[in-house]
Amino acid sequence: MLIAKVVGSVVATRKDEKLGSAKLLLCQVHDHHNQPKEQYVIAVDAVGAGPGDMILYATGSSARQTVLTDGRPVDAVVMAVVDSWDLSGKNVYEKWS
Amino acid sequence: MHLGRVIGRVVATRRYEGLEGVTLQWVEPLGEDGRPEGAPLVATTAVSVGPGDFVTWVDGREAAMTCPRAFVPVDAAVVGFVSQAARLGREFEPPPLPEVR
Repeated sequence: MLIAKVVGSVVATRKDEKLGSAKLLLCQVHDHHNQPKEQYVIAVDAVGAGPGDMILYATGSSARQTVLTDGRPVDAVVMAVVDSWDLSGKNVYEKWS
Repeated sequence: MHLGRVIGRVVATRRYEGLEGVTLQWVEPLGEDGRPEGAPLVATTAVSVGPGDFVTWVDGREAAMTCPRAFVPVDAAVVGFVSQAARLGREFEPPPLPEVR
C-alpha cells in the first residue's frame, strides 16, 4: 500500500456499467517523509474518506477484494484513513496536530 | 518474495471491515546485497516484527492471504523475520535505520 492525500473527487456520468456508483477520489501520493510526490491516483473509496484525509490505498487485483469493487474494473481502492505514522521511532505525521 | 526492512509504524483507526487488528508498518525494499532499493511502502505484518527488523515480504493479491480474513484489499504483507541471509557465500545485513529530519 502507499499513502496519499485526498485532494479532490472525480465524477463520471458516462462510464462502464460495471463501475456502478462507486465514489472516486483524486489522491496525491506522499512519500514516507510526508513529502508530496508528483504522482497521483484515482481510487475507489471503500472507507468513507474525505477531502484532506491522508489515506492508504491498495492497487492491482487486491483492489477488487472489497464488497464494493468485487468483479469491477477497479485497480486502486482506499482501504484505510491514516491517523499517524512514525519513522525510526520519530513521529512524521499526526492527523490531529 | 522480496527482502526488506521495517522502518516505521502506521496507525489507522478507520479501515476496511475485516482488517481490524492487522498491523501496518513501513517497509523499505532491499536489494540482493541488502542495500535499499526502491521507495518504501506500507505492508501488513503477519509475523511479530518492528522497526529495524530484517524481513521478507510479498506483494500482490497473495498478501491478503496472510490476514485473518483473506478477502481484504491488501497488496503488501511482511511474511517472515530474516535471521540470516547470504549472497555468494557472504552474509549480509540491512543498513542502520534512516535518519529522520
